[in-house]
Amino acid sequence: MASMSSDITTMPLKIVVAGGFSVGKTTFIGAISEIDPLATEAAMTDRSIGIDDRGGIATKTATTVAMDFGRIHIGSGMVLYMFGTPGQERFWFMWENLVQGAIGAVVLVDTRRIEDCFPAIDYFEQLGIPFVVGINCFEGAPLHAAEEVREALGVQAPVILMDARERVSVKKTLKRLLEHAISQTAIAGPTARR
Amino acid sequence: MNGGGPQSWLFRPYALTGGRTVAAVDLALETLVLTTETGRRALASVPSEQRTILRLCREAISVVEVAARLDVPLGVARVLVADLVVAGSVQLHGSALPDPGATGYRALLEKVLHGLDEL
Repeated sequence: MASMSSDITTMPLKIVVAGGFSVGKTTFIGAISEIDPLATEAAMTDRSIGIDDRGGIATKTATTVAMDFGRIHIGSGMVLYMFGTPGQERFWFMWENLVQGAIGAVVLVDTRRIEDCFPAIDYFEQLGIPFVVGINCFEGAPLHAAEEVREALGVQAPVILMDARERVSVKKTLKRLLEHAISQTAIAGPTARR
Repeated sequence: MNGGGPQSWLFRPYALTGGRTVAAVDLALETLVLTTETGRRALASVPSEQRTILRLCREAISVVEVAARLDVPLGVARVLVADLVVAGSVQLHGSALPDPGATGYRALLEKVLHGLDEL
């Protein structure tokens, strides 16, 4: 296992974990993170604080979003950060920050609310960001074969059954993402992304 | 940090940055921050929030971790870290992920895959 590196040659990398509300993003991150998942808050007005003038009293308004993240040191000199996307669509302003320079994304799906993942899939497909779909197996959720879900979603991306609580399963999902991202480099040229 | 609603914490954290919302240096979430020798020597003479950051970053941590551990919004952390960069008190190490079309991109992904395999 790679030890904590405090030298200046450690390189940060990141992946994004997307999916609907309560689909298991934080669980996924926590299953493999070397630190307990932390939360960070961002304000939509970070770049443009608006001041409402109400009878002479200045107030600032903001929409804020919290995101969970974790990290794991891998190999020699690399640390992988994993960011959970804000669940609701109105927090799109943060997505650009999250995906910029990311290796790719894992989109988690709950088969009881399969449509919750559509916005994320649309987003990654439009930007050409490599992603895999992980069907997080919840108790009582309908059992579907990965291929069935893949057809329902209409994606070319790999779709796998997984359990966000299990480190082994999360590791397997991340590896699948890397394999997929690597395969995309063979197919696509420099114009593939953005 | 306080019991107020979403609006109230915005006042205090931005008081730390003097109301500034735009960082002097562009910082990605995952950019690593490491305290320099200059920063270590400045510990005693800087405001407490900066001192906390300089201590947190004795081992390199990311900008987003600074925000989380300092319990301030991401934008505030970016401004504070950028100030420390300008002062020479911290150094940055950004992601070296090349563009997808560039040489070295595939090799780096393979390195990451190999690293994951060994976990």
